[in-house]
Amino acid sequence: METTPDAIPLLIHDELETPPLSLWQLAWRRFKRHRMAIFGTICLLAICAYSLGGALFYSEAYANYTETGLRLNSPSAAHPFGTDTVGRDILARTIYGGQISLLIGVTAMLVMVIIGVLIGAVSGYFGGKIDSLLMRFTEAVLIVPQIFLLLVIAKFFSGTIPDITLLGRTFSGSVVVIVLIIGATSWPYLARIVRAEFLSLKENEFILAARSTGTPTNQIIFKHILPNCMAPIIVAATLGVANAITLEAYISFLGLGVKPPTATWGNMLDGAHNYIETAYWLWLFPGLLITLIVLSINFIGDGLRDALDPRSRSV
Amino acid sequence: MTRYIIRRLLQGIPLLFIISVILFFLMQNLGDPVATMGGRNVTRSQDRERLTRQLGLDKPIYVQYIYWLIGNDWTKSDMDGDGIPETQGRRKGVFRGDFGTSLVNRGRPVTEVIWDRLPNTLLLMLTAEAVIIFGAVLIGIYSALHQYSLVDNTVTALTFALYSMPVFFFGLLGMYIFAVNFKQFGLPYLPTVGMFEPEAGKTTSQIAWHMILPVATLAFPFFATYSRYTRSSMLEVLSQDYIRTAKSKGLPRREVIFVHGLKNAALPLVTLIGLDLPILLGGAIVTERIFAWPGMGRLFLDHLSRSDTPVVMGILMLIAAAVIVFQIITDITYAWLDPRIRYD
Amino acid sequence: MRLTRAVVQYSKFEISMGHLLKVDNLVTKFHTPEGIVHAVNGVSFHVDDGETLAVVGESACGKTVTMLSILGLIPIPPGEISSGSALYTNRDLLQLSEDEIESIRGREIAMIFQDSMTSLNPVLTIGRQMTESLIVHLGFSHEKAVERAIEMLTAVGIPDAKNRLSEYPHQFSGGMRQRVMIAMALSCAPSLVIADEPTTALDVTIQSQIVELVIRFQEELGMSLIWITHDLGVVAGVADRVIVMYSGIILEEAVVDELYEAPLHPYTNALLAALPRIDQETHEPLLSIPGAPPNLLIKPKYCPFAPRCKYVRDICRQSIPPLEMVDVNHQVACWVNIETGELR
Repeated sequence: METTPDAIPLLIHDELETPPLSLWQLAWRRFKRHRMAIFGTICLLAICAYSLGGALFYSEAYANYTETGLRLNSPSAAHPFGTDTVGRDILARTIYGGQISLLIGVTAMLVMVIIGVLIGAVSGYFGGKIDSLLMRFTEAVLIVPQIFLLLVIAKFFSGTIPDITLLGRTFSGSVVVIVLIIGATSWPYLARIVRAEFLSLKENEFILAARSTGTPTNQIIFKHILPNCMAPIIVAATLGVANAITLEAYISFLGLGVKPPTATWGNMLDGAHNYIETAYWLWLFPGLLITLIVLSINFIGDGLRDALDPRSRSV
Repeated sequence: MTRYIIRRLLQGIPLLFIISVILFFLMQNLGDPVATMGGRNVTRSQDRERLTRQLGLDKPIYVQYIYWLIGNDWTKSDMDGDGIPETQGRRKGVFRGDFGTSLVNRGRPVTEVIWDRLPNTLLLMLTAEAVIIFGAVLIGIYSALHQYSLVDNTVTALTFALYSMPVFFFGLLGMYIFAVNFKQFGLPYLPTVGMFEPEAGKTTSQIAWHMILPVATLAFPFFATYSRYTRSSMLEVLSQDYIRTAKSKGLPRREVIFVHGLKNAALPLVTLIGLDLPILLGGAIVTERIFAWPGMGRLFLDHLSRSDTPVVMGILMLIAAAVIVFQIITDITYAWLDPRIRYD
Repeated sequence: MRLTRAVVQYSKFEISMGHLLKVDNLVTKFHTPEGIVHAVNGVSFHVDDGETLAVVGESACGKTVTMLSILGLIPIPPGEISSGSALYTNRDLLQLSEDEIESIRGREIAMIFQDSMTSLNPVLTIGRQMTESLIVHLGFSHEKAVERAIEMLTAVGIPDAKNRLSEYPHQFSGGMRQRVMIAMALSCAPSLVIADEPTTALDVTIQSQIVELVIRFQEELGMSLIWITHDLGVVAGVADRVIVMYSGIILEEAVVDELYEAPLHPYTNALLAALPRIDQETHEPLLSIPGAPPNLLIKPKYCPFAPRCKYVRDICRQSIPPLEMVDVNHQVACWVNIETGELR
């Protein structure tokens, strides 16, 4: 038997493993494979096009135009979705309502993410008394069911709030209130997730390395640790949009949400159960739209979760 | 273990305090209950002043909070407006079980008002929970065992759709199909209002029949999450090494799945059930409104819109306490099921 | 030993003329989103009564998948056994129904897995996991099964066995758990035991204890043993015959002494040369095998070891060498005769 090492034999090209992919490329590949997520994306884009593009066909004044003589008309050529209890065209209202609902969804999500990430990061990174205190507070908010909290806070603000004009549209100031209170009651869920991530990530050696070279704390939190826990944050944010839209619908349905004449898909359903036998178009169309958009976002969120999950490294 | 329970209960108390303070503060701007007390007429200003004094609403917030907590029967307050406190208070405070009296149902103790409606809500929720656990879990197991089959894919799509539907939309749809349309086509239709027909009286069968739509509405959104969760939990468990060992020992398939598998897969479900109580309660509000079910959710809405602070606080504190206790029960159940967890 | 005589009573193996287990041309694939993984590419071997066969190879060379395929423990949707047969006392295991193979698993062919922590069910007691196969396969009553379980645990060297029956896997140390796995596998006195790297996860001192334990049982019960390992030192201590696997095919098969003295395959040669020896001069470099194992997504069309082989010729990159008998009790799959340097 020979014991001297010979020249290393050349590796044949096709023997090599497949070329490496970056994390985002991996995630995109996995996302593409998720048929429902792709379907959700297409659906969501379609709804956005409907809401934003529809504004080119119907004006907002038309959407709020009441004509009591035409009240409760069933769907017809002039009013494809019918008219509501004061004669407004439902189709136009769904278009403008969609804009508000989407706006509320996205901005409430932003509020939730900002508060949740901040509290979770501070709590997870610093630990100790700060953590205890913040977590007590978080638990307290979590214990009371979100809807109850929302209703109480909504009533708290139910005084007169001025109208707001933004991007060419005028709407009731209650929209801002709704956004803030949805965001202010949704953050605990995300805060917990972020805290858990921070608790485990801060033990890693690259953090120790950053600290030992004198990196300031806020840089460690925002530039070193935070980018590593983007995955659960992205998933939670996506699902948070759906959650916000649903919540807005709930409180509007219960009469404490956005006030008419500004339309949202939720407040179009207010009182609709009184007309269950006579005017199905009052609730069917807005309800369907809410379901569709929430469905799409849930599919996308599910796809994102699969795509970004570091455990499924199988590609 | 008993020490753990006591410790958790004690931990719950500061939480309840924080919650009560936050909520009490929020109550202050709920609107003016006195304004509606005149019935159809606007309350006259003298009456308004008198009522405000009588109800103790003229005191600063923290004093009101203290009275709420420990009552005011140890002090005197000024009832006749002359600036001199002379009337002994009659409230005992929350610590002694007195949640005050309703502002809307004048004079009725809050506890009585709530107790009137509480069982109805409990009935709905417990039935819904039972339906969820048995139905969704079985579906989840079936889906896990027949992954990617037609049934599995249909169930997945359906449950997603149901989960995405707002509760009231589902309720409205259910109403429309099973009540309105069935009625139109002459089929036996499900009732949509209340707990029982007034003529027929409050019998069990009446209640059961009236419960079908509300329970379905309340339970179905959870069907989605629970069946999907069970499915993925089962799938993960079934891919574990110890399942392979169980199979390699030649144990029959049913034993492998239901004993070796399910016992492990059920663990995260227990946690989920515990966390979902608040959401179930929230769904109850909406469901009760749609179907005019005389429960706590409707009570809450009615009294909130009329700014009846004592009743609203009572309901909220009750819910908070229930959630805390329920979470403790969930944790204990989890520890009982999973031998690796010991809470000492 | 009182135990072994009693257990032997239940042993079902008969003296047969042919091999106990004869595997012929087994091919197992896995369908993954990235393509087909060719895990086992035509493996043939046999095991006789009472002998110990060692299966040697690097990680992912197909040794575990081969054994799991034989017992039908490969999950069939991604997995596929596309051809081959596994004759156990003249019954083809690959053609049996689920019920039929369930009665063989654990009872006549048992498996010991590598990772005892994940291979034991964390939420079931050790007692339950020990007694269930006795009850299912041998029809023991609960009391009798418990009695037998205590005997088995004591026999594998676990003290205070009676009390440990009600404990859970996480309460045992690694070495103890492996002993429990062995006791579980042997409890129904199988004719064939497949041990998949049972000592790899253990400390060196415990390793030798476990090896001794298994050998002792084999001598007393007379069962056949397939020992999977990548540790050539263990092979020398336990095996009668050895097969060397690489990338899903068998490269060499020989009686153990023959393999160590005169390995005929360049891979075996390199493996043995890579073993650090205690009598090596300190300035001599440690040898390793350069390169990496091949990508199993590509169906092998030529010798999989060719890229790393010192003796490689043109024909090695053109077709797969067949496994051929070169000497008594010595087969090799190689185009080159490494002793002479010429083609065979």
